[in-house]
Amino acid sequence: MIEAIGLTKRYGRTVAVDDLSFTVHPGRVTGFLGPNGAGKSTTMRMILGLDRPTAGRVLIDGKPYTELHRPLQTVGALLDAKWVHPNRSARAHLRWLAKSNNLPDSRVDAVLEAVGLTQVAGKNAGGFSLGMSQRLGIAAALLGDPKVLLFDEPVNGLDPEGILWIRTFMQNLAAEGRTVLVSSHLLSEMALTAGELIVIGRGKLITQSTTQEFIDSATGNTVLVRSPQLFKLGPLLVDKGFTVRDGADGALSVSGATSDQIGDIAGANGVVLHELSPQRGSLEEAFMQLTGDAVEYHAEIGK
Amino acid sequence: MTLLAVERIKLFSTRSPYWCSALAIVLGVGLTAIIAAASEEQVSLGLTQIGSAQLAIAVVLVMAAIAVTTEYRFNTIRSTFLAVPGRTSALVAKATVVALIAGVLGEIIAFGSVGIAKVISPSSDLAINSAAEWRHVAGVGLVYAIGAVMAVAVGILVRQTAGAVAILLVWQMIAEGLIGIIPKAGIKIQAWLPFTNATHFLTMGADSPEQGGAGIDFKLSQWGSLAYFAGIAIAMLVVALIVAKRRDA
Ligand SMILES: Nc1ncnc2c1ncn2[C@@H]1O[C@H](COP(=O)(O)OP(=O)(O)O)[C@@H](O)[C@H]1O
Ligand SMILES: [Mg+2]
Repeated sequence: MIEAIGLTKRYGRTVAVDDLSFTVHPGRVTGFLGPNGAGKSTTMRMILGLDRPTAGRVLIDGKPYTELHRPLQTVGALLDAKWVHPNRSARAHLRWLAKSNNLPDSRVDAVLEAVGLTQVAGKNAGGFSLGMSQRLGIAAALLGDPKVLLFDEPVNGLDPEGILWIRTFMQNLAAEGRTVLVSSHLLSEMALTAGELIVIGRGKLITQSTTQEFIDSATGNTVLVRSPQLFKLGPLLVDKGFTVRDGADGALSVSGATSDQIGDIAGANGVVLHELSPQRGSLEEAFMQLTGDAVEYHAEIGK
Repeated sequence: MTLLAVERIKLFSTRSPYWCSALAIVLGVGLTAIIAAASEEQVSLGLTQIGSAQLAIAVVLVMAAIAVTTEYRFNTIRSTFLAVPGRTSALVAKATVVALIAGVLGEIIAFGSVGIAKVISPSSDLAINSAAEWRHVAGVGLVYAIGAVMAVAVGILVRQTAGAVAILLVWQMIAEGLIGIIPKAGIKIQAWLPFTNATHFLTMGADSPEQGGAGIDFKLSQWGSLAYFAGIAIAMLVVALIVAKRRDA
């Protein structure tokens, strides 16, 4: 379990993380979602004791990271796949990490096997493709067989095959009962990977909920209604407190109501309906709307 | 102990320490060979150590600094701090391993230089008998080891290779000597400069004028100078450790 309490980080005048509190539970993949510059990486660095919080604290199973004994046995992290010496072999990279936390060399072989890098273990990490580097980073995270795992934008820049592999891998880790926190700036990616979401914008918590709840609330429920008797239906819907706007082709766009509710109202009042269709806004669009005033770098989104 | 093994694996699984060691040996021993080959008279023991004490030491300092700065350059320092969040013990282990390697290199270069001089100029009297002669030759390893600790400290503080190397080389090879030019005060200040004291430790007094340090009124004995040099190195390392522990990785 990861528990952040009032976590705050300032770099000079930039407030990277602003009074952030959340809890990450074991047994499911938790997505850490926010546009670029929202403070995801900074939060992860603070979770791992690399950056010192300006205020607040973050605990892993009740302890700050810096107080963990042999931390790799409790927490595994992949913050950046390029954090390796390019002229050091993948195996040597894992060997020194294993040694530092008293893990046997057999763990090195086991994790190399788990991520499918056994064949290239003797090659220098500098020659690895992004996908291979990502796998090496995951191997390093898995070395101590930790209960808690953190991945910062692990699928960034990967091809679809690599993305699928990592997604499945993380879900399997969570299914084994581990705590898995994965950051991303893409809601569409998180929708496929995570069961729970912590959404932040400009360093502030926007919401923590299940992915389904978040998607429902983010896309809203807009229903498109076409009818020859809109002049009659429109005022009825407004009376019920729904928001009614003129849609395309003389249709009505109704928000706040389900299609069931609108159908019932139409039936009760003898209104003929030609179309009644719930609209799902694009996930990304909805997400951007939600974090709208929280977006730091519009230009970087989708990078 | 484990952390020493970790730093050893890290260091020897990349190429730069091998290159730096080879370069230090070639430069140090090579300069002695050239001097020995070029002299028409006998070669003194003092002459054999010019390469070790004035040339190869620079390479060793660079190697020691690079051992830290590459960790910052490639961000493996963050992996290190993830594995050892206390930071201090990991950095002390690194300083220790680097100092040991530097010390061994120092002995290889110092005795190698005596050996090659003897081969090239067999008639020279290069026997190491007196305490001063032993200090002059075997002491090189101690100076390298302490210098390496200093270089590691500078590397931790500066965090980037070019900066750390520039500071170390300018200071060790140029600045300490230049300070002597300042009228009157210069030689007084020099008596308290770290590498000047390291040189003082190595000198055999009047027997080795080629070692420099002549005219400086040292207030410390030769072993006192070494202790002073070591004290500065440790003080610098302590400052570096405090800074590294406090700042964001
Ligand atoms: N070391 C740092 N120094 C100064 N500003 C930083 C530093 N790290 C991050 N920031 C700033 O903090 C904010 C959050 O950055 P980051 O945590 O990297 O966001 P994300 O990972 O969500 O894209 C950004 O405005 C970024 O410029
Ligand atoms: Mg980031």
